[in-house]
Amino acid sequence: MAGGLVYTAVDSTELSTAEYYGKALVELGEQHPEVVALTADLGKSTKIGDFMKRFPDRFINVGIAEQNLFGMAAGMAKVGCVPFVSTFAQFASLRAGDQLSTDICYGKANAKVIATHAGTSFGQAGSTHHAISDLGVTRALPNLTIICPADSFETVNAIRTAYETEGPFYIRINRGFDHLLYPSSDYGFELGKAVELHKGTDITVIACGSCSYQALTAAQFLEGNEGVSVRVINMHTIKPLDRDAIVKAISETRRIITVEDHNVIGGLGSAVAEVIAETGKGCAFRRLGIQDHFSTIGLHEDLMSIEGIDSNGIITAVREVMGADFEEDDNWEDEV
Amino acid sequence: MLTKEEWKGLEDKVDQLRNDTLDTTYWAGSGHIGGGMSVLDILTIIYYKYLNFHRDDPTWEDRDRVVVSKGHAGIAYAPLLCDLGWNDKELLKTFNLTNSPMGMHLDAAKVVGVDASTGSLGHGLPIASGMAMGGRVLGKDYYVYCITGDGELNEGSNWEAFMTIHKYNLNHVITFVDRNHNMIDGPTEEVMPIEPLSEKLRAFGMRVLEVDGQSFPELSEAIETAKASSEPVVIVCDTVKGAGIDFMENNYLWHYGAIDEGMYEKAKASLKRYHEARLAKVEGK
Repeated sequence: MAGGLVYTAVDSTELSTAEYYGKALVELGEQHPEVVALTADLGKSTKIGDFMKRFPDRFINVGIAEQNLFGMAAGMAKVGCVPFVSTFAQFASLRAGDQLSTDICYGKANAKVIATHAGTSFGQAGSTHHAISDLGVTRALPNLTIICPADSFETVNAIRTAYETEGPFYIRINRGFDHLLYPSSDYGFELGKAVELHKGTDITVIACGSCSYQALTAAQFLEGNEGVSVRVINMHTIKPLDRDAIVKAISETRRIITVEDHNVIGGLGSAVAEVIAETGKGCAFRRLGIQDHFSTIGLHEDLMSIEGIDSNGIITAVREVMGADFEEDDNWEDEV
Repeated sequence: MLTKEEWKGLEDKVDQLRNDTLDTTYWAGSGHIGGGMSVLDILTIIYYKYLNFHRDDPTWEDRDRVVVSKGHAGIAYAPLLCDLGWNDKELLKTFNLTNSPMGMHLDAAKVVGVDASTGSLGHGLPIASGMAMGGRVLGKDYYVYCITGDGELNEGSNWEAFMTIHKYNLNHVITFVDRNHNMIDGPTEEVMPIEPLSEKLRAFGMRVLEVDGQSFPELSEAIETAKASSEPVVIVCDTVKGAGIDFMENNYLWHYGAIDEGMYEKAKASLKRYHEARLAKVEGK
């Protein structure tokens, strides 16, 4: 569990997720003189302006030049600084992908990439600014730890954990406000250990990021109204993945749905599918997410509805998977 | 300025390293010998005259850094890093072989003395800028020597870095351009013209020095000017691709090549003649 101030819901009414990141970064900056912040003309958008004001000599703005941004961060890390590098997730993973791979991951630079505006959260900006493939790209990069926090409190914990853990990190957060999942930041965050948000025995929904709240809402509705017992797992760490939580869900609920604000190819759904396939155990499985198309323009909440990754989409998917009587299907190999 | 004795010492050292590079290429069967030979004088004078480092502690945190952004020069850089005693010279016989710690583009995690794993072009200068910026934040005054290729300057990331070096006046980054005029597909001015290079660099806020990159006295003067400069300096080093091996010189086809025994013997003889001619210059002949 990472140390530091405990943030509670009182703070959350005024601060967006990225603003929590900004606060946590200032806190780290005060404690550790080697912490530096870098951005590519997105200091305001990524909410690290407070750090800039407090520590102007430790704030580097390279202009709109993401490749240089990541190369510089690697260089600073190599000489003993701990750089927090902020830009939009789309540019962090693709525009500067070679630098992320070669300079930061291959070079094992102790650099922390804070990729904001994840998924479709920059709704109205459209597909040029939606990051729907960053998890696919970053998951395939060796040496990289990937966290997709579900709310502001988890973001604070992820930032602190990234500082405390040597090596490259990719932390993917949304633009704007996220619904809160936890009453405070003090809930026992542990890197690589998924959080069970809701107990359940019929089916498991594994989610990350903003979809975790949607999954919890869906589970509460289904339990209260339809008597379906839905386990909800918040898979905040995408790499290393909590395999044990998945294996347990396979044997205990036999049905799994993944939900993410990302292409269904390459992200959380793919990661969970790999684990299921490797166990060799039968399991009904569905991936919710962006179904391999470029997303449209609109409010984030509308886009989540269109893509079927909000609570309504999850409820529909749970009903469908629960209704699929796979155990009586003649073609179904129940046990391998 | 170099004394005559220092100059002669550097000539002997670079002759040894040219031969080691040729040997390594021969053992490996092939390699980036053209650009290896062009950059060796730059590497030699940095390491054997100017670099502030401890031979017995290659990771000393206050050391000057070297970023060989033209990572394919590994075949020339590796012999130097062996000569310093940091890596076993016998490893050169395994260069490019399966499971060797040494290959085409040197891995900083495996080869002692490499400050950044390069190979993908256009990465070194941003890394070097970060190292210099980090030094400033941490209150250290080391220098970062960064060597880029000339074809490599096609990569936009270099120009992003030049803008940042100018903005933050990172005068502890000393950039060398190994201007050997050739890249894989042909002469630089045919594949993608970079001239007028010095004018472009000046427009990006750099102080530019133009030298003969195969002349130790000229390199020496430029490096001393760069270290004393309040502005960031780029040293454009006019070099010969394949320098010292007559049948490779100025031929882009020798960017990467294979040598058989016959070629090896001819190359050895050429290097000997080249060294003698350069020693004659030291003697003012």
